[in-house]
Amino acid sequence: MTPDIEKLTKTASQVRRDIVRMVHACQSGHPGGSLGCADYLVALYFHTLKHNTKFNMDGHGEDLFFLSNGHISPVFYSVLARSGYFEASELATFRKINTRLQGHPTTHENLPGIRIASGSLGQGMSVAIGAAVAKKLNKDNRLVFSLHGDGELQEGQVWEAAMYASHNKVDNLISTIDVNGQQIDGPTDKILSLGNLRTKWEAFGWEVLDMSGNDMADVVRVLDLAISKTFKGKPIMILMQTMMGNGVDFMMHTHKWHGTAPNDEQLASALGQLEETLGDY
Amino acid sequence: MKKYTYTEKKDTRSGFGAGLLEAGKKNDQVVALCADLIGSLKMDAFIKEFPERFFQIGIAEANMMGIAAGLTIGGKIPFTGTFANFSTGRVYDQIRQSIAYSDKNVKICASHAGLTLGEDGATHQILEDIGMMKMLPGMVVINPCDYNQTKAATMAIADYHGPVYLRFGRPTVPVFTDPDQKFEIGKAWMVNEGTDVSIFATGHMVWKAIEAGELLAEAGINVEIINIHTIKPLDEEAVLKSVAKTGCVVTAEEHNRIGGLGDSIAQLLARNNPVPQEYVAVNDSFGESGTPDQLMKKYGLDTEDIIKAVNRVIKRK
Repeated sequence: MTPDIEKLTKTASQVRRDIVRMVHACQSGHPGGSLGCADYLVALYFHTLKHNTKFNMDGHGEDLFFLSNGHISPVFYSVLARSGYFEASELATFRKINTRLQGHPTTHENLPGIRIASGSLGQGMSVAIGAAVAKKLNKDNRLVFSLHGDGELQEGQVWEAAMYASHNKVDNLISTIDVNGQQIDGPTDKILSLGNLRTKWEAFGWEVLDMSGNDMADVVRVLDLAISKTFKGKPIMILMQTMMGNGVDFMMHTHKWHGTAPNDEQLASALGQLEETLGDY
Repeated sequence: MKKYTYTEKKDTRSGFGAGLLEAGKKNDQVVALCADLIGSLKMDAFIKEFPERFFQIGIAEANMMGIAAGLTIGGKIPFTGTFANFSTGRVYDQIRQSIAYSDKNVKICASHAGLTLGEDGATHQILEDIGMMKMLPGMVVINPCDYNQTKAATMAIADYHGPVYLRFGRPTVPVFTDPDQKFEIGKAWMVNEGTDVSIFATGHMVWKAIEAGELLAEAGINVEIINIHTIKPLDEEAVLKSVAKTGCVVTAEEHNRIGGLGDSIAQLLARNNPVPQEYVAVNDSFGESGTPDQLMKKYGLDTEDIIKAVNRVIKRK
């Protein structure tokens, strides 16, 4: 493991601790998808993005990230805090009254790092396209990233956006789908099968890459590869295979931890599996 | 009764097209999006002048609202264009989350509102849009009355920071307001001062209120007519001042009785100065196919209906 990958992996361990502690503290929230996407978001914010933690909404000259599957807010808030957008101590207010860390991300509370509200699914790719097109109009050659759930692809708006992005050569956009195969009511294959995602996205005119989303080295490799594919006439889609609940043994191999909080014993068990690397908030 | 005349009839959507072009000339951050209805929305002139600032989205209104929200993040001022039905009900959640709750500077511009869309029928004749849009926190709702006012409103909303719903229509209607008017968001326009009844009208109903006022004047009834072009924020001061003088109200709108201008006025009066009120509005029903004039008559939105409402409400004083 290279030093960079090791450091990112240690950061992801702390982010996973933050996630389970946040969800436990308010006894609500979505730990499963948050844990699964921890490696991706850590790699993105600590390795990939050219960004300024002195937050500016317009983000001129910066890479931008949009979280479309807003229910995995715990991982987003943790990564924003740990990368310097706000104090990690504020993570303790997650989902509590008068917090800036609403259940789903919002611009309404002026939390640095959030550029759009999300939670109602299917809307984030359209927003990311708009921001990417604005960058082109502004002759700003930084990139736009977005993350989506796989169950979220059941929303029709995603496919409107998919068609638009390829037709209009929005090639400064790198979208990622968290392919964990799970949604609230069960496995995606049982609820409403997504079919062959690679074939679907290729048919929609996207450059498609595969990522092993819980292998930090592969996450970094594929993000770097994706950047090398930008500005070549096609939007880029990363199909990121993850394990919902990754890092906490009893939260893996099931959809049951999509939106359930651990009790005291479960929290202790989870924290026992996750190294404290940056200091708990 | 103050005399209003007109020399031509024009559609308010053309006022939007003209205003969009002017807004685009004035501010290079203004961009426009359309969901396959360029001709209907009269966006051709803007597109010809600023092709690189126009985005053809295709028949995908939800995506259009999201892209518009995203464009604001690069500092753009997006104007979306489609029919009122597809600008509101079809994309309500996209507007709610990505635009209103996210406080994005998007101008949702909606043509073919109300019954006067005509022959296409009820699938396209939205009569609930004012209600839906005014319920969104922070959303400004504007329904101008003629070509000149729509043009001025379109230019004014480009200078205002925040989400706006701008509603206009398909048919040609009298052009009677000042072509050089300055449009002030949230500032009601006193059309005619009177003492017997306050008529608060919006959109196409303002001209009908003027026609009604002239006929009522002949019968000795002195009506006050106020053009509420901005339904939200409502010019509460103007409404309360008028009602304090007249003591009764008629509201007139090309919209469902439930949730429109009339309800905004009624709520204000309930809290401050309850007086008799009559609604001229569609009585909680869908529309149907027909010519605009036939529909306005059948659904109780004609000049004659305003006169009847005035006579009813004055008796209730």
